[in-house]
Amino acid sequence: MTDIEKSGTAKPAKLDKPETTGDLPATGTALGEVAAAGSPAPTAFLEVRDLKVHFPTDDGLVKSVDGLSFRLEKGKTLGIVGESGSGKSVTSLGIMGLHTAGQYGRRKAQISGEIWLNGQELLGADPDEVRKLRGREIAMIFQDPLSALHPYYTIGRQISEAYRVHHDVTKDVARKRAVEMLDRVGIPQPDKRVDSYPHEFSGGMRQRAMIAMSLVNNPELLIADEPTTALDVTVQAQILDLIRDLQKEFGSAVIIITHDLGVVAELADDLLVMYGGRCVERGPAEKVFYEPQHPYTWGLLGSMPRIDRDQTERLIPVKGSPPSLINIPSGCAFHPRCPYADVPKDNITRTERPELREAGSGNHFSACHMTQEERTRIWTEEIAPKL
Amino acid sequence: MMLLVVTLTTFAIFFMIPKWAGSDPALLFVGKQSDPEAIEGIRQKLSLDDPLLVQFWHFIEGLFAGRDYANGNDVTHCPAPCFGYSFRTEQAVWPQLTDAMPVTLSLAAGACVLWLVGGVTAGVVSALRRGTLWDRAAMGVALAGVSLPIYFTGLLSLAIFSYQLNWVDVDYQGITDDPAMWFQSLILPWITLAFLYAATYARLTRATMLEIMGEDYIRTARAKGLRERVVIGRHAMRSTWTPILTLLGLDLGALLGGAVLTESTYNLPGLGRLAVTAISNKDLPVILGVTLMAALFIVVANLIVDLLYAVVDPRVRLG
Repeated sequence: MTDIEKSGTAKPAKLDKPETTGDLPATGTALGEVAAAGSPAPTAFLEVRDLKVHFPTDDGLVKSVDGLSFRLEKGKTLGIVGESGSGKSVTSLGIMGLHTAGQYGRRKAQISGEIWLNGQELLGADPDEVRKLRGREIAMIFQDPLSALHPYYTIGRQISEAYRVHHDVTKDVARKRAVEMLDRVGIPQPDKRVDSYPHEFSGGMRQRAMIAMSLVNNPELLIADEPTTALDVTVQAQILDLIRDLQKEFGSAVIIITHDLGVVAELADDLLVMYGGRCVERGPAEKVFYEPQHPYTWGLLGSMPRIDRDQTERLIPVKGSPPSLINIPSGCAFHPRCPYADVPKDNITRTERPELREAGSGNHFSACHMTQEERTRIWTEEIAPKL
Repeated sequence: MMLLVVTLTTFAIFFMIPKWAGSDPALLFVGKQSDPEAIEGIRQKLSLDDPLLVQFWHFIEGLFAGRDYANGNDVTHCPAPCFGYSFRTEQAVWPQLTDAMPVTLSLAAGACVLWLVGGVTAGVVSALRRGTLWDRAAMGVALAGVSLPIYFTGLLSLAIFSYQLNWVDVDYQGITDDPAMWFQSLILPWITLAFLYAATYARLTRATMLEIMGEDYIRTARAKGLRERVVIGRHAMRSTWTPILTLLGLDLGALLGGAVLTESTYNLPGLGRLAVTAISNKDLPVILGVTLMAALFIVVANLIVDLLYAVVDPRVRLG
């Protein structure tokens, strides 16, 4: 059932033993150490182990992603949720290897950890090997299709270019493939529209074209970075349906990155909630939705507009603003904004960073100092009734 | 159409200014020691007593159909396109223009190619090696290029490469006469003129390139798995050309100004030098002719740039 099992921490944590990681050290429970210290290749399709992406700036080191681990099987969908600056997009670009490709000048992103795709580790691999995987094995859909498509080239040219990078075919064959893909993503008169420029398309059609481009090589992993944010609500639903249909057809694994819980509610099998560059909660989608185990997730659920809710009620925003990624708050990164920061005893939220621990049941994890009982009580008595 | 307006304006200005300034074209034509009779004769011959519009009509007519200058029985036919005769040398203006035009065109075209290639290349390399020694050096040279006037770099290069080292001979030869000599005589002026402009293009290209490398579609291009060479050459460069073309359109117009200095420095018999000589001699017909040629040059250059725009940016294309 679950696709996410691995903890991104170095400290012992109460996790169930992942059946795929092979031999564990004698300590048995130190999953973070297993993941980080070059343990055997996982059998999972995609496994990210202790990923860190740091950017040096004049003001200090920006820790955009600071120790993230997860796992994804083929044909499954993982939703990564979080507010702006939580490290969602940086994670996806990290998997694509786009932090190291095309870096000029002296300041380079510092990336550590492991990314395993189909038994191949990507971060330590030859950049040109990773480049060959990009677009063929891993493809990506970007947030704003207008700026993500080159304004001076026709849609068809851009799609067939993506095909020809990885297939040694003539322009005519690639063009036919482009028409076929445009047809597949529901663009009317694809044989004519293939010669259109991006500015001649509507927003929804552009995103369809973008999807056509990303799927042209039948990638095994599709990363959709806020694929519907720039679109109308009605178009959003169409695009999400399209992604779901195509996923069934192509059998790809999909990572959907969004700040909109409504988007992942429809699509994702598993959810990963990010805050301040780390995972604060993850688990099967229905568990995270109906028995959320982290105050930040409660906040996200409370700030989500819902049609079934009384319209006179106000949305409850998460108080405060996202943390600085240079000076991440000590202890639990969420504690300055957490209404329940005082619940655990001895100020532990302010001094000690909470590790991902099993919470609830069935591969559901949360990084919160509160005890299971405290969380359950607050959720059922204080939060859930208001939603 | 635009050309006609430019012609009209130029002509009006050049006919009005001497009047306001109180100098008489006829007097200029004849020279200082002249008797009133001769002046009157010239007046008739150039029909300077006619109203301005009629004079203008004669001028336009002369451009397209040729024109007869008559003073009694003394008739001079000036075949089309007739720009009149130089006050100073009494030579027809048109042949002077046609002699000078190829020189200026050679200079401008060669320099243009040189600064585009040099400036854009330097800009791209600088952008891709941002912050490195190469970048700083290139931008430093670019700053020098913008700051140093032509008569400084020109004379300096002339002194070093021609007089001291004797590498090149700067006596101008037409391209049809002797291509090798033509090239040799123009190489220094090209470099001098290009140096001035290349600096601007290097800086513009660098700034544009840096901006474009941060665009989403560059990330998309990389996400496709394209080689970095293709990402830069095909995707980034394509967008870089638009602002470069815009600047080129403006610069081609102003280029003649640079050509004046370069031609004077290197003693090239081009339009610029012709203009300078004509102005210092108050040789109105020649000034008029050069100005019209310059206007034609600007209009044609802008037309070409506009057409190129449509080629480069599909969003500009109509229909």
